[in-house]
Amino acid sequence: MGTGAPTTMTSVAERISKDQVAHVAHLARLALSDDELELYTGQLASVLAHAADIEALDIAGVPPTAHPFPLTNVMREDEPQPCLERDEVLAMAPEAEAGQFRIPRILSEAP
Amino acid sequence: MSPAGSTQGHGSQGDHGSQGQSGEDRGGPADLSGLVGLSATEVAAGVRSGELSAVEVLEQHLERIQRWEPAVHAFNLVMAEAARKRAEAIDDLVARGEDPGPLAGVPVGLKDLICTRGVPTTCSSRILAGWKPPYDATVVTRLGPAGAVVTGKTNMDEFAMGSSTEHSATGPTHNPHDLGKVPGGSSGGSAAAVAAGFCTLALGSDTGGSVRQPAALCGVVGVKPTYGLVSRYGLVAFASSLDQIGPFARSVADAALALDVIAGHDPADSTSLPGQHPSAASRLGRGAEGLRVGVIAELANAQGVAGDVAKALERAAQALSAAGAKVDEISVPSVTYGLSAYYMIAPAEASSNLARYDGVRYGLRVPGRDITEMYMATRSAGFGPEVKRRVMLGTYALSAGYYEAFYGKAQKVRTLIIRDFEDAYRSFDVLLAPTAPTTAFPLGAKVADPLTMYLNDVCTIPSNLAGHPAVSVPFGKGDDGLPIGAQVLAPALGEPVMFQVAEVLEEAAKRGAE
Repeated sequence: MGTGAPTTMTSVAERISKDQVAHVAHLARLALSDDELELYTGQLASVLAHAADIEALDIAGVPPTAHPFPLTNVMREDEPQPCLERDEVLAMAPEAEAGQFRIPRILSEAP
Repeated sequence: MSPAGSTQGHGSQGDHGSQGQSGEDRGGPADLSGLVGLSATEVAAGVRSGELSAVEVLEQHLERIQRWEPAVHAFNLVMAEAARKRAEAIDDLVARGEDPGPLAGVPVGLKDLICTRGVPTTCSSRILAGWKPPYDATVVTRLGPAGAVVTGKTNMDEFAMGSSTEHSATGPTHNPHDLGKVPGGSSGGSAAAVAAGFCTLALGSDTGGSVRQPAALCGVVGVKPTYGLVSRYGLVAFASSLDQIGPFARSVADAALALDVIAGHDPADSTSLPGQHPSAASRLGRGAEGLRVGVIAELANAQGVAGDVAKALERAAQALSAAGAKVDEISVPSVTYGLSAYYMIAPAEASSNLARYDGVRYGLRVPGRDITEMYMATRSAGFGPEVKRRVMLGTYALSAGYYEAFYGKAQKVRTLIIRDFEDAYRSFDVLLAPTAPTTAFPLGAKVADPLTMYLNDVCTIPSNLAGHPAVSVPFGKGDDGLPIGAQVLAPALGEPVMFQVAEVLEEAAKRGAE
């Protein structure tokens, strides 16, 4: 990883802590064991340390690219078209009822 | 994984072995003879003319699968019965005097993230085990009228995240050239299936090199088309601004033929390029006389590129020069930042795309007391370690306080890479680079160290970031006797000249110039 400035590499690697990885895992709705947290903290730190090379670039005036060929306002005519077969779709759902997806309760019970 | 069922019938299991058609008891899984060694062009011509039957072609491939699939594990699902019905239907068409199409009777494998209606599509993930899509991907609906026979769904790194096909919930695929080595990835099953003669063509997807790198490691041709040339409708999304479906084949002409069948505008994909584009095969057979070829200095000498790979690339440049091309070294400075930019952009997009696996509409559900518990239990049990790692990396790169430093920076680097390529293509028709830094590495060698695994993609990533096409063509062998790939890069929609140059390299390799 000889490309980045060593000082920045250190600072980035230090920036990701086990607590932050736990927070990110929660945001991503992943439950991790303590061992997994430990493992991923080290691995994410090494990837972020590699990314120090771009972090160190001074390219403030360069516009970002989100897509290689920006095609804007791709629309079709607003005409009804057949959609997926409902029964075929619901047959693949973990739980379905009355033509709809069935899910567990969303709100916790009142304390 | 149960393949062909019974194999009675014509396939001469020759006691004397004099003309053993499929040669299945001679050599290893990468030694092809008989109908499994034919090109797609040859199979289609034979079936269309009635000299070959699609059923006969298929049966030899199914025998081959039965013999070697237990050792290679290229497939998540072999669709023997559906393929037999399809092959019979194609032979019926020919018997009635109709033309089944340019891929008549050609056995094709599909990476297991290409949706097939009513047929399991798992992405090699526990979270989609048993899922049967309610629709076909556009590439599947285009293969049908072309006469192709889909033979199965191929193994891959889970959700296309990986460079070795070891991150699969169904276990790793083995390289047909050396069963102790990886086939590359993420489309390792497709690459191995074509190399082992399980099918004549296969489709994969390439987000950062996932078609080209396994093609290089398995000694076959692999293509990443221009972004938007092939519809992504029905391709399970990994990183939507980078993903592109591309073919594997054992020849450059076959790869161009396959691409022509699947390419073209699709209103169901809002990123599909509008308009008509010239055939990928339109410049085949023209040689390299007068073409300008630039060898990308930063990739030819990239960190980690092995000596044997660097030497093969030099010989590839010499072969093009000998064919009359003007070959020079060219600097494309920003490609050195491609890897870091990619490993921010792709995980960021993945973290968003994979939010849909929540146990509600399809796939696995692990119960919980409330919906949040259900989400967490489902995703934790359903995703493998590499997917979790990338989802977290992407979530981090997009999170408050880090967005500008990582994701925002990466998007600007993407602009720089596009500009540097634009500059290079003012002086050159195509660019040349290694495909992968090394030949196939041993199973297990890199799986514990994600960053080392990611470095496999250093030469392939720039084309994805720019949206440009690139092809890997086998060129030479490493010190270990395993295949090496040379990569030809072209500007957007430059497929015709890209295949033209790749074919010159292929011919040079056949002459032993590699």
